[in-house]
Amino acid sequence: MNIEIRNIRMVDPSQKKDYVGNIFIENGIIVSSFSNKKCEINIIDGKDKIAIPGLIDVHSHLREPGYEQKETIFTGTRSAAKGGITTIFCMPNTNPVIDNVTCVNYIFSKAKKEGIVNVFPIACATKGSNGEKLSEIGILKKAGIVAVSDDGNSINNAQIMRRILEYTKMFKIPIISHSEDKYLSNNGVMNEGKNSMILGLRGIPKQAEEVIISRDIMLAELTGGHLHIAHVSTAKSVDLIREAKKKRINVTSETCPQYFTLTDDAVKIYDTNTKVYPPLREKNDVDAIKNGLVDGTIDCISTDHAPHSHEEKNQEFDLAPFGMIGFETVLSLILSELVYTGILSFSDAISKMTSMPAKIFNLKNRGSLKEGNIADISIIDLKYCYEFKIESILSKSKNSPFIGRLFNGGVIMTIVAGSIVWEA
Amino acid sequence: MLLNHKDLLSIEHLSKDDLYTILKITKHFKDTSIKSFKKNDLLYGKTVANLFCEPSTRTKTSFEIAAKKLSADVVNIDVNTSSILKGESLIDTGKTLEAMNINYIVVRHFFSGAPDILAKNLNISIINAGDGSHEHPTQGLLDLYTIYEKKKSFKGLKILLIGDILHSRVAKSNIWALKKMDANVSVVGPPTLIPKNIVDLNVKVYYDLFEAIKDVDVVNVLRIQFERQKENLLPSIEEYIEFYQLTKKKLNTAKSDVLIMHPGPVNRNIEISSDVVDSPSALINEQVTNGIAVRMAVLSLLKQKY
Repeated sequence: MNIEIRNIRMVDPSQKKDYVGNIFIENGIIVSSFSNKKCEINIIDGKDKIAIPGLIDVHSHLREPGYEQKETIFTGTRSAAKGGITTIFCMPNTNPVIDNVTCVNYIFSKAKKEGIVNVFPIACATKGSNGEKLSEIGILKKAGIVAVSDDGNSINNAQIMRRILEYTKMFKIPIISHSEDKYLSNNGVMNEGKNSMILGLRGIPKQAEEVIISRDIMLAELTGGHLHIAHVSTAKSVDLIREAKKKRINVTSETCPQYFTLTDDAVKIYDTNTKVYPPLREKNDVDAIKNGLVDGTIDCISTDHAPHSHEEKNQEFDLAPFGMIGFETVLSLILSELVYTGILSFSDAISKMTSMPAKIFNLKNRGSLKEGNIADISIIDLKYCYEFKIESILSKSKNSPFIGRLFNGGVIMTIVAGSIVWEA
Repeated sequence: MLLNHKDLLSIEHLSKDDLYTILKITKHFKDTSIKSFKKNDLLYGKTVANLFCEPSTRTKTSFEIAAKKLSADVVNIDVNTSSILKGESLIDTGKTLEAMNINYIVVRHFFSGAPDILAKNLNISIINAGDGSHEHPTQGLLDLYTIYEKKKSFKGLKILLIGDILHSRVAKSNIWALKKMDANVSVVGPPTLIPKNIVDLNVKVYYDLFEAIKDVDVVNVLRIQFERQKENLLPSIEEYIEFYQLTKKKLNTAKSDVLIMHPGPVNRNIEISSDVVDSPSALINEQVTNGIAVRMAVLSLLKQKY
């Protein structure tokens, strides 16, 4: 069935366009007009709504295979669709880890069978994700991966990191760095500062993130390889990346809503849903992250959607795993924290999850409303007010610190390749 | 008279009024129950469970005696033989105790926030008997009472805590309690054992004990744990002794009526020299006695849901 969305405001950062008109979708592609007039048309009234390119989330955990009690491709893609996300990159720290073609193919076939949004796997940068030997990055690239990463761990050995940055150059894919010096983070469970002292929890200094970012920037400079820095959380990290970009070093970066929304005050009193890596930082970091988004130091917003079961999270803070879910709140948080506050224009904010990730990760025909592109579209209603309720969560896990928050503006429809996959 | 709290999890969340209420009731129990060996029936029919997931003699015994003086029944859960060893979660253990109609769980745990997690999941009263590096509120209260009994007022008092502030729940509870009473608190120890944000609590930091101890009214000596060497927070216990052991000589510049406190158990000749432990200015045994009265006060003041 073809779709015609009438009288809708279209905001497309890739073309720098913001205008009211009609969208025509034929055979899953955005077209200027229907070529087959006989085909049935689903007409959608777009009055007072906004169409944007479907959101692209470059950092998430779908937990399949191995941790199906937390999330599956079935539930994870539904959760994403509800959040207006049409393309997910999933991290390889599953069980087994995604370091071979068989596992990559498994993700693709599962996603085709059970998923309702596009899923692109990221593969391990090193075999077994243990930081010692390069994975077969070329073969994995041919199988369809979009990046390599040992997410969850840093690559401790600087020489290995150098080799990965060098080797990936010929495949034009980035290495995504989870930046954490494990000696400095020292089994910490939250940001090191006043709150960790008061709570008696072991702190992770900001430097645990920053020393690895500075090292990796130097290695990117040495090799010319593409370094993409995951989940940037500190003011100094933003400074380091800004300086690197000035020097035209091949570095890109992402942050997540939690790092521009929450501080470590949210950890009190022992709310394990606020236990994430990197940990929630302080007010000056939140401000610096926002500035980094404004001046383009931070290119993308990802969710780092990290589902964990109730049993895993409802225990002593030290024992609870790191991570929060993020698909279903990302757009509303971008609106309330960045757009309504006047920090970013609507279009610039949306670019962080559409045109920018498409460009950085070389996604063809996505992240734009251009004619000829795949019809991945999210429809937003700024007047859609709702409370984020635990019962409404489609993810298999409910570990969100935003439960109970009131939102103004959200996704009301998600279209993937011309099919409506979710509707409010 | 009751506190408006179901649980006692920290001193951070008590008000100055709460603290004065507890001091007053503590004095009452000290005068009536401790000095005269009398029981009362305030907690008759209620059950207190001691759930100690870390070794403890004095705190556990003190809670047991306090509860019994209030005529409560007391059960001690031995973690070494309990289902926690079989893999039962802390919350499930708590729920099991709740299902047995236990009224209070007194919990000692190696993880900070474990009592908070229990309190969030249960309706019965939770009393923190020391959690990780977070707080040890009844120790803070008994230290507060011990000082109050001797000095009658906290105004202008200078109190010095010596040792491992970073890992010490006793230090944290003392600081909260004393700052709420407007006393002057300073800490001294090696920089590796003093969190730099401690100054945010309006506490003065020293590294030199001779300098720190000048004109203080009360010295509270913290236990030093041998495992701090393994973590490279200290090069050796011998070096710690050299700089931070409280000796008669180091006490010279303190006020002449200085009070010496220690939460116990004491490592004689490690953090404190044996002659100081046995000197008349040391209140270590009085602290233990006051501990019972304080815990009676806490048990009788918490607002129970049923």
